[in-house]
Amino acid sequence: MSLPPESRTPDTGVIHNIGYRAYAGPRLGRSYATRSLFVQSLRAAYGLGRSGKSKVLPMLMLALPVLVAVIVVVVAIMRKSDQLSTDYPQFPSILALLVEIFLAAQAPVLLSRDLRNNTVPLYFSRPITRGDYVRAKFAAMVSAMMIVMGAPLVVLYLGSMLAGQNLGHNTGHFLIGLVTALLYALVYSSIGLLIAASTPRRGFGVASIMGVLVVSNIIAGIVYALSGGPHGGDITQSSDWAAVISPSMLVESFVNQVFTLATDTGAVRAPGAFGAVVFAVEIAVIIAGSYWLVDRRYRKI
Amino acid sequence: MNVTVARLTVRGLLGRRRGILLLVVPAVLLAISVFARNSSADKHDLAVNILGTLSLGTLVPILGLVVGTGVISTEIDDGSIVYLLAKPLPRWKIITTKLAVAVVTTWLFAAVPTLLAGLIIYGTQDTLAIAFTLAALVAGTAYSAVFLLLGVVTRHAVVAGLAYALVWESLVGNFVKGAKTLSIQQWGLSLAKSVAAHGTIDATVAVGVAVPLLIAVTVAATVFASVKLAGFTMTAED
Repeated sequence: MSLPPESRTPDTGVIHNIGYRAYAGPRLGRSYATRSLFVQSLRAAYGLGRSGKSKVLPMLMLALPVLVAVIVVVVAIMRKSDQLSTDYPQFPSILALLVEIFLAAQAPVLLSRDLRNNTVPLYFSRPITRGDYVRAKFAAMVSAMMIVMGAPLVVLYLGSMLAGQNLGHNTGHFLIGLVTALLYALVYSSIGLLIAASTPRRGFGVASIMGVLVVSNIIAGIVYALSGGPHGGDITQSSDWAAVISPSMLVESFVNQVFTLATDTGAVRAPGAFGAVVFAVEIAVIIAGSYWLVDRRYRKI
Repeated sequence: MNVTVARLTVRGLLGRRRGILLLVVPAVLLAISVFARNSSADKHDLAVNILGTLSLGTLVPILGLVVGTGVISTEIDDGSIVYLLAKPLPRWKIITTKLAVAVVTTWLFAAVPTLLAGLIIYGTQDTLAIAFTLAALVAGTAYSAVFLLLGVVTRHAVVAGLAYALVWESLVGNFVKGAKTLSIQQWGLSLAKSVAAHGTIDATVAVGVAVPLLIAVTVAATVFASVKLAGFTMTAED
């Protein structure tokens, strides 16, 4: 096919100088961008800066545990008891369902949306690297989870101070509680973010995170009951090995064994020193493995 | 029913690797029941626990949630629903087709494994396996309809559905008796109770209440979803 004959008159236009200038101000660099991404992700986890609808669930999941903590404190003060009815490290496990719903709902908010809207390449056109992106998202999710689990612990601690309870005991257990919350936050966040990073569909991510956590917990419970079930005292039993199946039971039993908590209630605990080491290794593998997998997933983008 | 819509829905639901992911549900159920079969514990309690708590109480709602919202809300999410809505098809036909796909998928991936798990653990004694399968069938249908409605009504369908299935049915239902009257899981259980041998399954809701409620909820959810889809407006994600 031949081109149509060139019949136009030659262009007479000129290029005007519109005064374009390169940016000469300070460049804030990679760490600043990473920090901004962290702050924005943490805000997104609570729906801050977004519509009212997306604030409802995270704020509810933040308010309910605090409300329960307030009730526990009020009951303790009314009864003039010298101890709170729930120990600090047990608190995150009691409210595990709320924490899990928070994780399931918000982990996909942090990752899936960027995947779905194809905005991930835009991040990487900035100075931040893929590693920085994953690091900022992990830090934001863990911090968000820490706020959800830490806020009621702080309320409990302040309440016990107001009630004039033993300072040393409460401070010690409050710190153990914070360590427990951090372990939960790390394990839950790694699982949640790993699943969220693998699917651009938010709904699918929410359901799979919740499914993995709840179903593993129920299976662990059934296996636990099948192989002997609960038992009192310090003695360890083979049934406690069931805790390796469920992330929440894993952390709970590990903390119970390491800090010798809940010895009277027959709660699940890591079987002996060897068990504690195995559980610690599993926790480390879950966290490091998920981080590595998520990191690797973003290398391809 | 519209065959093309059904075909597209099935492809969206089970295409690529998603169908394999859904297979996790039956795999988990069958693995645990083989494990349970070889244990020395009381088989009846075990069967009620695994079929009731794990299958009917957790796997059926979660599968119903993934499938029920998956058939419509992914299309709403990525906006491709407009191409379907622009076709000269009555909206209620779209809803019923998608519901049929969701129901059949839930049956295949939850009710059939429940039957197999029941047979593995407890055999055909007390018609326990049949009873729980029936419960999974009807509960799966009702869950699919309700979660399909949620998928049409809200962008946060999965979270809302989880809140209903886990917080309301499991958590609140354990403490508050009245909450069980409004629980699809309990309706399924009461139907199972009427089929199984006397005294083998506990249910709090009477069959005379459960069956009309099941039918009413399923039909109402479908009708309401059709009405909602008929006046559907696309809204941007927050």
